[in-house]
Amino acid sequence: MAQHKVKYLQESGLPIALTTVDKLVQWGRSNSLWALTYGLACCAIEMMASGASRYDFDRFGTIFRASPRQAEVMIIAGTLTKKHAEFTRRLYDQMAEPKWVISMGSCANTGGMFNTYATVQGVDRIIPVDIYLPGCAPRPETLQYAVMMLQKQIRKESAFQKQKPKRLL
Amino acid sequence: MMREYKNRKNVQKKAYYNDRFYVVPNIPKEDPNSDEIFSKDYKELKKHFQIKEAYIQRGQLVIIIKPEDNKKVLSFLKDELDYTFLSEMSANDYLEQSGEFEIFYQLLSMNKRKRLRLKCRIKEKSAIESVYTIFKSADWAEREMFDLMGVRVNNHYNLKRLIMPDDWHGHPLRKTYPLQGDEAASWYEVDKIFGKEYRDIIGPEQRDPARIDRKDTKNFIRINHEVPYGAKPSKEKTVQEYQEEDGVFFIDEFKKDKSKVLNTRR
Repeated sequence: MAQHKVKYLQESGLPIALTTVDKLVQWGRSNSLWALTYGLACCAIEMMASGASRYDFDRFGTIFRASPRQAEVMIIAGTLTKKHAEFTRRLYDQMAEPKWVISMGSCANTGGMFNTYATVQGVDRIIPVDIYLPGCAPRPETLQYAVMMLQKQIRKESAFQKQKPKRLL
Repeated sequence: MMREYKNRKNVQKKAYYNDRFYVVPNIPKEDPNSDEIFSKDYKELKKHFQIKEAYIQRGQLVIIIKPEDNKKVLSFLKDELDYTFLSEMSANDYLEQSGEFEIFYQLLSMNKRKRLRLKCRIKEKSAIESVYTIFKSADWAEREMFDLMGVRVNNHYNLKRLIMPDDWHGHPLRKTYPLQGDEAASWYEVDKIFGKEYRDIIGPEQRDPARIDRKDTKNFIRINHEVPYGAKPSKEKTVQEYQEEDGVFFIDEFKKDKSKVLNTRR
């Protein structure tokens, strides 16, 4: 059996940590950001790649869930059409608080190249967005970075306050 | 095979496209009797129906008929002349020229290895008879035609919009429909989700994709010069780290200076 020595007084090896409940809760939240399985267009391919073994979202605690009731993050991956807008809004409303939205790619940010009658010109017209990712489509690294920035943002927030009302709410 | 060599020197300075009002020449029309199989079909059709015009274009027989006959001609073509497959049907918008829609049925005969196109024209307000009882593939094609062009179809069992939402206003594939949508289209999602009262809060759509106001810190963030939402833009350089300065609770601190960049793949 492998022998290993725990250095209790070095490298935070002591099995005791002092902190506030607030920090602990937010630490837990930031490391279990379950995302909604919700791909709209080609950005969803990059989102799936981020979830798969090479980029591996699981190590950030981000697991895709097929139900909005179990999800905290909604990644709008792709073009949102006007016909579909109401369903996106409904899924967002079904998610339990606290909840965050990542708008992934040009189409979700501004409508992108689809400057037409059938495309919503930016998902922020219907749901509040926390992080916008540029790119067409953004690489998995960009999405990873966005999740990390979101984790940082969550750690800053207080656990026991209601989420600040965002635009459109 | 190598691509043909073209002298591309000075290509940036030259206008790449000279004739701005280039009109595509019509594809030459050939006599329907010039093809052996088509001439037989054409004779058979002429016996039974009134044919306005017939010609061969790019090896396909085009037949123009009266719109009232469409069902009879199609069933004749299917049962007698072996054109068993309706690969496509839709309408073209000629409202500006003559106030008419041109409706076409593209048929394929597997046995004869020939394609035939049936065409007819109807006025804007009139309707065409449904052919889905003859060709099942016409079911959704007719619904699409109704949805996008606004051509009415008689005796279709389920004539409702196929692509656009049911409460959409207008028919987007008509030449008169604006590409960026009319008034109803531009507020569609807002009206549907929030109601008309929210139009003022959300505001009109931003349709200029190149519009960037670098002093606008509400909609844009300058990378490496980030400021809080709505604050004045600053020239001070900021560094974005994904861990806080004092490290993250329970998580090992990421030390940039100790990280190693690999030159070759392991």
